[in-house]
Amino acid sequence: MTAAVVTGLGVTAPNGLGAEAYWRATLSGTSGIARITHFDPGRYPARLAGEVKGFEAKEHLSSRLLPQTDRMTRLALVAADWALADAAVRPKDLPEFDMGVVTASSSGGFEFGQGELANLWSRGGQYVSAYQSFAWFYAVNSGQISIRHGMKGPSGVVVSDQAGGLDAVAQARRQIRKGTRIVLTGAVDACICPWGWVAQLASGQLSTSDDPARAYLPFDRAAHGYVPGEGGAILVLESAESARDRGVRVYAEVAGYAATFDPKPGLGREPGLRRAIGLALAEARVPPGEVDVVFADAAGIPELDRVEAEAVTAVFGPRGVPVTAPKTMTGRMYSGAAPLDLAAALLAMDTGLAPPTVNVDPSPKYGLDLVVGEPRRIRSRTALVLARGHGGFNSALLLRNPNT
Amino acid sequence: MSGRRVVVTGLEVLAPGGLGLKSFWDLISEGRTATRRITFFDPSPFRSQVAAEIDFDPEAYGLSPQEIRRMDRAAQLAVVTARGAVTASGVDLAEADPHRVGVTVGSAVGATMGLDQEYRVVSDGGRLHLVDPAYAVPHLYNYLVPSSFAAEVAWAVGAEGPALVVSTGCTSGIDAVGYAVDLIREGSADIMVAGASDAPISPITVACFDAIKATTPRNDDPEHASRPFDGTRDGFVLGEGAAMFVLEELESARRRGAYVYAEIAGYATRSNAYHMTGLRPDGAEMAEAIRVALAEARLNPDKVDYVNAHGSGTKQNDRHETAAFKRSLGEHAYRTPVSSIKSMIGHSLGAIGSIEIAASVLAMENGVVPPTANLHTPDPECDLDYVPLVARDWKVDAVLSVGSGFGGFQSAMVLARPERSAR
Repeated sequence: MTAAVVTGLGVTAPNGLGAEAYWRATLSGTSGIARITHFDPGRYPARLAGEVKGFEAKEHLSSRLLPQTDRMTRLALVAADWALADAAVRPKDLPEFDMGVVTASSSGGFEFGQGELANLWSRGGQYVSAYQSFAWFYAVNSGQISIRHGMKGPSGVVVSDQAGGLDAVAQARRQIRKGTRIVLTGAVDACICPWGWVAQLASGQLSTSDDPARAYLPFDRAAHGYVPGEGGAILVLESAESARDRGVRVYAEVAGYAATFDPKPGLGREPGLRRAIGLALAEARVPPGEVDVVFADAAGIPELDRVEAEAVTAVFGPRGVPVTAPKTMTGRMYSGAAPLDLAAALLAMDTGLAPPTVNVDPSPKYGLDLVVGEPRRIRSRTALVLARGHGGFNSALLLRNPNT
Repeated sequence: MSGRRVVVTGLEVLAPGGLGLKSFWDLISEGRTATRRITFFDPSPFRSQVAAEIDFDPEAYGLSPQEIRRMDRAAQLAVVTARGAVTASGVDLAEADPHRVGVTVGSAVGATMGLDQEYRVVSDGGRLHLVDPAYAVPHLYNYLVPSSFAAEVAWAVGAEGPALVVSTGCTSGIDAVGYAVDLIREGSADIMVAGASDAPISPITVACFDAIKATTPRNDDPEHASRPFDGTRDGFVLGEGAAMFVLEELESARRRGAYVYAEIAGYATRSNAYHMTGLRPDGAEMAEAIRVALAEARLNPDKVDYVNAHGSGTKQNDRHETAAFKRSLGEHAYRTPVSSIKSMIGHSLGAIGSIEIAASVLAMENGVVPPTANLHTPDPECDLDYVPLVARDWKVDAVLSVGSGFGGFQSAMVLARPERSAR
């Protein structure tokens, strides 16, 4: 079967714009979590978020695109541009049906939606923007990226909350296996607007701490919720043959993947994450002992942390593999989180350094070998990325270094 | 792709004017229309005041008060049709390995109805920018992220395999089924409960389509407002609904003695990479999707017995699509019947692709091609055989069903009688 490899990265993260800035910040433990600036959060019980700083859309996008795009689409378009540049792909040089776009979304262009709902209910239907019909919907990023680069191949959009970022990459890989040469994939989400904030608060899982260093503490005894973030990553996924023909560098192969859904609550059966990990490793034919680092979902909710720790230790043994959660520096970015973790994993394999989990004092009860403090030197054969979505979605994706 | 072949063994539809498979088929095969003046809210401030609404009572379909409270209407429709499809398939999911059962739900706009209602409250009628969390319903997160639809269906049927929502605008209903087919073929699941649901008839959706004049202003004649391929067409009629299927690998379906409705023989999706809402008149990308789907089905274009068209009733769509059929099917495009059931049940955005797959299956079952209602006035640019007004007795062994959506997505699916495809 055709191998699918990553040849380009485009990153828009709260602690760094661009893969290089993100990686520098991430290795040095620099967090992008702070008090919300997009709106005044004073009246809300949660007030911290990982906002993407210093992003000026008009520096990157035409004035024609700005009125028709939500922030998440602007970030996604720029991340896609950077990913293509990193992979040295010039879409105009390639057959248009040989390129596709598969992204994930969680909440669509929610801030754009709030603006138009406000127009509707405070002023009347005739004040609703002509762009509302697509600017907020879940498919908008795939559509806009395909238009920007003339990509007419198979495209798609998946929604599985925070697991979606891995599911999109897996769907991109399916299209490559069926013969498409290049698929832009990954996800960018941004939902830090008052209406989105109130909807997120309804989950009851947001941290209400005002201390950025104490708010999001997965696998810590003091874990009490998560901090949302915005941003994500777009990757260039390409058939191994195409990458070889073009003579470009390959970050890694998407070697294994699986998705599972938890049993309905109350049945008392084991959640599906361990099974997802096992299936992903089995597909790649990589034994647990050859997994060099695990990027955890890191919910920051004690019950969910326990479930994840049990799944990881069941597969790898107690303290059997280095585990890290650089999203402690960005917040949980919904569908954008896992693609950003993939970018971190690819850069970790590239540099031989696992980035740290910041602020966390690992609780020994979880039995995880959590990378805290300094980055840790690791072997670079493989990296496993885990992601879970609200309601019971579990996905696991294994990256393999083709040079080892 | 492996040799695993995927078949439909159960289906259920909730559509305007036709709750349940039989009344749905009766409506579309009799050429009746279910479009009417909007009743869900006062439509008088809006340009387009017509919709195809479902008279749906969730309690009558066995949803509990708590299920009703936590689910948007679209999720309710998805759960009810999923349960119905499982019942129709005769598969005993309690006996199946839940790890091998997956779910895909297509939806273009998610919980837009619930979001519109809840926004109005937390913003106190649009006045508050800093909306008030004290008035938020506890399940608002389920509306924010519509993967909750897939979670609800998975819980309803006991699935613990891969589950997600596919959201590619108005091709979602085809793409969700196509995604499920891929999961079975690659061996990630043995049974998929797959389909689509949308319930978009809310003020915000009506207003946004008004803004681009995509929906019809034929408010004085709602029953005849959806006019695909007709020379007087002037926009689509918003609808709602759901269709879900049980998909299985052919051999395992045969082993359990299941009734096999149809094989999903081919599927492809392509993008026009042109415009978020506009279409080039040549239909080249939809034609490419059709070409690839037929190739996957190993079906010559002249073996397509019926084309279930997207046929939304906008000026540009029907022209675009007609060109795509000619481009992909050649002369056969003029010989094969083409029809749009949106003329009768409106356009339910992400759901309609699955509802049209159901109509395609029923056309094969019954040997009848449903008509295009309200088609009286020829359009020189739409010169195919659109089966005007009256259904046609017609032997249907292979159907092409297509969709076209905002974002530029163009999808095509080929359904075949399993006997024919026993190669």
